[in-house]
Amino acid sequence: MPSETAGHIVRSYDEDLKRLRELISRMGGLAEKQVADAVEALVERDTELAAEVVQRDLQLDAMEREVELFCVRLLALRQPMASDLRLIVTAMRIASDLERIGDYARNGAKRAMVIAQQPVLGSLNGFERMAELVQENLKDAIDALVEQDAAKAHDVWEKDEPIDGIYNGIFRELLTFMMEDPRNITVATHLLFIAKNLERIGDHATNIAERVHFAVLGEPLTEERPKADSSAFAVVRPPGA
Amino acid sequence: MSATEQQASAPAGFGGVQARSEAMINANSRISIRNLDFFYGPSLPKALKGINFEIPDRQVTGMIGPSGCGKSTLLRVLNRMYSLYPGQRAEGEVMMDGVNLVGPGVDINELRAKIGMVFQKPTPFPMTIYENIAFGVRLHEKLSKSEMDERVEWALTRAAIWPEVKDRLQTNAMGLSGGQQQRLCIARTIAVRPEVILFDEPTSALDLISTLKIEELIDELKRDFTIVIVTHNMQQAARCADQVAFFYLGELIEVSPAAQMFTAPRHPKTQEYITGRFG
Repeated sequence: MPSETAGHIVRSYDEDLKRLRELISRMGGLAEKQVADAVEALVERDTELAAEVVQRDLQLDAMEREVELFCVRLLALRQPMASDLRLIVTAMRIASDLERIGDYARNGAKRAMVIAQQPVLGSLNGFERMAELVQENLKDAIDALVEQDAAKAHDVWEKDEPIDGIYNGIFRELLTFMMEDPRNITVATHLLFIAKNLERIGDHATNIAERVHFAVLGEPLTEERPKADSSAFAVVRPPGA
Repeated sequence: MSATEQQASAPAGFGGVQARSEAMINANSRISIRNLDFFYGPSLPKALKGINFEIPDRQVTGMIGPSGCGKSTLLRVLNRMYSLYPGQRAEGEVMMDGVNLVGPGVDINELRAKIGMVFQKPTPFPMTIYENIAFGVRLHEKLSKSEMDERVEWALTRAAIWPEVKDRLQTNAMGLSGGQQQRLCIARTIAVRPEVILFDEPTSALDLISTLKIEELIDELKRDFTIVIVTHNMQQAARCADQVAFFYLGELIEVSPAAQMFTAPRHPKTQEYITGRFG
């Protein structure tokens, strides 16, 4: 971390960059909470909590704008170079990843409200497990940025695979429920979207990890990322077909 | 093996003799600097320590670094400015067209016709605009009146100042604005048709508009001239230079393409300097 060993000659610049990291860190924290609460609302059939998640998404949107304005200001006033430049550009892009994560969480919360009015369908253990893994990756990706830790970012980037694996399992299970009884279709479809949203959130966490890796080292992660989402090729035949 | 090939195949390393420029891979070297040391006096420490690098043909090479790092010294070595001062001495090689520019027996006037220099402060001669250009040309060439007129117009046109002065060629150059004076000095430098132009902080005394005009001019001039520019303005180096060399305490720390230097420099010292963390 050579860039972190010495402060800027202009100390207010250090404070600006510190504030930027804090903003991203706060935004990341809120995004994590949104994901956790959306899944909790789903599992506990808690419509009030779901409504809170929907409402709180406005905060994430506002924070994204704040990061964007702050970065534009830094670019104009500080003319950043090298690691500073990479951090600022990366922060802007991470903010839009986090905003998108928030949208997926909000969408999941809305669906949780609908699902809460319907009969229980199957176990939601997979959703809880997926949400845990996604949150862990999200937290580690943001920590990697704050700590300027490229190795941590690389770990996150590799840890998306199990999330894809759980998603495939949920996908197949829900297709089976739908084939067993058409009355399951409403809930199963909503659940399918929530699972897909969680899987997408995981992808955004790996995006963030990739960006952090670039911000810290100045090199993009160009290897092929390990992936296990095979649902795009899945075919399930109804019994007797 | 040519110098270019050597540089392209040198191991990627940080600083000193291993400094290597990727910008060079697709360009021919115009000046090769090898193991160059420089002394300002017999009892003074080296001002340049074992400098090795290539100045590519018809590209802009920027030299950056904190005050006293050796960048201006290197510029002064390239056209033997130091020869004016007894006791100052360069060791090593600065090869151009098979000749060691810092070796014995170099005709300094001939050298300076090949390698021109533009200084930090505009230094027009206290004479007419026309004479400012013609004066230097006469030292090197014998031209007829019409040939000289043509040369003066050519130089002033290339220096992007012709439209502003064409109707006042016989007025005193001291009446021009700072930015115009600097472009006149550039015209004076290119009038003798050098191959290399050295710029020593050419815009540090100019306002923003004049600065941008000079930068635009440098971009235009690199089609025909090899350019070396020393600047304290990092954004200027980023805007103008194809490759950038970073000097620190008399050593060449890193040479990189400008885009790499300012987005992801390889050496931590470069990183600290260009992000303003030095000291």
